[in-house]
Amino acid sequence: MQFSESFFPQRFGITPRDLEKYLAEALSQGGAYADLYFEYLSTSSIGIDESIVKSASQGVSLGVGVRVIAGERTGYAYSDDLSPEKIRKAARVAACIAAGPATVEKVSLSEVGRRNLYPVLTAPTDTTFAERVELVKRADHAARAFDSRIFQVQASYADNLRQVLVATSDGVLSWDRQPMTRLNVAALARENGGTPQRGHAGGGGRVDLGFFLNEKTPEHFAAEAAREAIVMLHAVDAPAGEMTVVLGPGWPGILLHEAVGHGLEADFNRKGVSAFSGRIGQQVASPLCTVVDDGTIANRRGSLNVDDEGHPTGRNVLIENGILRGYLQDKLSSRLTGATETGSGRRESYAHIPMPRMTNTFMLAGESDPQEIIRSVPKGLYCPDFGGGQVDITSGNFVFSAAESYLIEDGRVTRPVRNATLIGNGPEALKYVSMVGNDLKLDEGIGVCGKEGQSVPVGVGIPTIKIDRMTVGGTA
Amino acid sequence: MSGNGTCAGHYAGMAAGIVQQALAAGATDAECTIGEGDEFSANVRMREVETLKEAGSRGAGLRILRGRHTGSAYTSDLSDEGLRHMVRSAIELADITTEDPHAGLPDAADLGSIPGDLGMYCGDVEGLATEVKIDMARRAEDASLRADARIANSEGASFDTHVGRHAFANSRGFAGEYRASYCSLSTVPVARAGESMERDYWSTTARGFTGLESPEDVGRIAAGRAVRRLGARKVETQKVPVVFEPRTARTLLDNIFDAVHGGAVYRNESFLAGKLGERVASEKLTVIDDGTIPGLFGTSPFDDEGVPTRRTVVIENGVLRSYLLNTYTARKLGLRSTGNASRGLAGNAGVGNGNLYIERGGARPEQLITGIRDGFYVTELIGFGVNIVTGDYSRGAVGLWIRNGELAFPVSEVTIAGTLQGMLMNLEAVGGDLEFRGSMAAPTLVVAEMTVGGL
Repeated sequence: MQFSESFFPQRFGITPRDLEKYLAEALSQGGAYADLYFEYLSTSSIGIDESIVKSASQGVSLGVGVRVIAGERTGYAYSDDLSPEKIRKAARVAACIAAGPATVEKVSLSEVGRRNLYPVLTAPTDTTFAERVELVKRADHAARAFDSRIFQVQASYADNLRQVLVATSDGVLSWDRQPMTRLNVAALARENGGTPQRGHAGGGGRVDLGFFLNEKTPEHFAAEAAREAIVMLHAVDAPAGEMTVVLGPGWPGILLHEAVGHGLEADFNRKGVSAFSGRIGQQVASPLCTVVDDGTIANRRGSLNVDDEGHPTGRNVLIENGILRGYLQDKLSSRLTGATETGSGRRESYAHIPMPRMTNTFMLAGESDPQEIIRSVPKGLYCPDFGGGQVDITSGNFVFSAAESYLIEDGRVTRPVRNATLIGNGPEALKYVSMVGNDLKLDEGIGVCGKEGQSVPVGVGIPTIKIDRMTVGGTA
Repeated sequence: MSGNGTCAGHYAGMAAGIVQQALAAGATDAECTIGEGDEFSANVRMREVETLKEAGSRGAGLRILRGRHTGSAYTSDLSDEGLRHMVRSAIELADITTEDPHAGLPDAADLGSIPGDLGMYCGDVEGLATEVKIDMARRAEDASLRADARIANSEGASFDTHVGRHAFANSRGFAGEYRASYCSLSTVPVARAGESMERDYWSTTARGFTGLESPEDVGRIAAGRAVRRLGARKVETQKVPVVFEPRTARTLLDNIFDAVHGGAVYRNESFLAGKLGERVASEKLTVIDDGTIPGLFGTSPFDDEGVPTRRTVVIENGVLRSYLLNTYTARKLGLRSTGNASRGLAGNAGVGNGNLYIERGGARPEQLITGIRDGFYVTELIGFGVNIVTGDYSRGAVGLWIRNGELAFPVSEVTIAGTLQGMLMNLEAVGGDLEFRGSMAAPTLVVAEMTVGGL
């Protein structure tokens, strides 16, 4: 597809000449670099609760963000009106971060090579609501049918289609069409009037509706949510203190996101405020651990053809056989440190300044049989599902909360335990990884990562792993 | 339109016009929210300007009913065509939702607005020169860097302002609009000693510029907090009294809010569901939600359904007195709205807090620690390990160990765990140090016993 056939030229009549003029305006006060990020976002969501479809919403937001970099300084302005005078006004506001005569002589844009990691012909946002509402109704029905102890079900379906256009003063002209969809199910179970327990499941990605009809059906997610709630009905108090922890495959990869991922974002390291600052080449994990951040996996929630600065995403090795290899770079950090861009510049919307962020972060498979890993543990905790996590990148301390976990006794998974938080220290925790399974799994597509007030979709993944020492925050 | 002193401004008129369009297009009822705001942010790091950000934006959200079917839509495009598209979108969606007997707007008798000046807008924010804003951030960071030789680095300081208008109108005759302003200053110093590196922050927020604390105080307090964390260590796993300083005590209000949220209550997914009138906490605990206190951050003349905000006693001397409700959750529970409807532009109204706070007790914070032989004074909590359905509580914690009545040494990489039920019942003391630094506020709290998970 040529630029002229893409969304913004077609819909708003934007030409490369217009973009060059806006960029020149942005650089008129002496800025060294400028970029424009146009965004047109359509969203829809449907919610069911008590078997009643109670909410359905759709909407549109659009705007353009203008950024100017002068040395270490960034000026940013945006407009939710795409008229030329409003864009030029935003450009002039952002330009004021610099003070002096223009130094960049002329901007000439050229189209960058294109690929499509999510060739979704019909975006879910463009399908009929009658089709989409069936997904939440089916999920509700299936969760209730799973077990008579399920007494409440909530399901929500959401999709969006983001059209973006990036133009930069170093000549990049890039555009992308980014579909996204997600189905979530939460179920509550209760037995004989006792304490209710909750389970949830969800998934999706940059896919069309066929994904929910053929691959991961509403019934799949509903059964998973209901099963988790039922399991928790008989949970005992979680243990407290240091012990061996085995993480199941898939979503428990959130460990990597918190323990190492954030700490390897280049902005923190450039400023020297991360526990990983200055540690490239050092041993930060056991030799069994290789961790990558890969934005190029087809149809994944965390994938992007180009990052939000117009740079193609890549497969970046963060830790190789336990040795720290690299950071996740955005435009600003790579300009300031001379590092190669990694396609990790992301932002929540046109109203936000890009930062280095993760895409899909996972550990490569090892050689151990998952069953053998469990059998090797005399006493410990097995965690196949988690809620959210958080990290203090400066001290390196991170937490993540088990949503479903079990005691391991004499090499066997036994009783389920109540929700508990696990805590560790980033540069230390992975040194205690003593076995890595051969069962790498990516999560089902539910991750949202928050940083400095900006949320972006991400993915994680991990094989079954054994961590010899980790603190579990239970009460028993 | 509606009385009660609500000013009808430009956006209120626009919202009322959109409601009329929706009725003409086939809605039987409609409500419209319009928000407009200007934001500014200056960041300074290591005494140099790092970012300046400035912009304005607007948006509208519409919810319509056709009988008892709901549909909603929003747009950032307030052109005539953008608004027509939004109306069509909302009407279209009413066809796919299910008839819900409890759906609908508030009764006309419940609508209204608190008269008088609620101190939500201060004119001194809008005219602030960029240089003044940068200088505030620079002074706060500089004070933190000068405060202690161990403050060798910084994540910077930021000064942020927001000035906006919020309008709401519905087809039961309500139209209202108010202005609000906000400014805040914060700084995040990084302390270092040997291998130990720690950061902390301090901030000040106010409706007006003159209400802010001095940048020098913000920097000095932030530095002191970061430095006292240096050399933190893990402790043995044990059960001890836990003292929450006001900043961490405030997070218990997040948990209490989630548990008295009308939606969680009617779905029976709260440990406080079905407990109205029952003893749920120590008699030392009184929790109040009050959206009417002038000048505070959770204050507004009406909620996001056009119901006047009010003062609601949530927990009184340990007895659960009220949930926090919007019109829908109130109808589900056979109760009346407490004026706590809250919504963004998209979707149905949810439930939000006004100024939610724990009433102050008598003791000075130092007195609360004096009698504790071994205990944990918690200054930061991380993670999401709170289950409102069961009350299970387990979070990562940072703080200072209490030994023989004094703060002895810094502690990190530990968890604190228990149940919210147990924590509320075993609340042993409430401090007198209540300060509103946001829309939730709590004084120092002492919980008799929790499990600290460490070595």
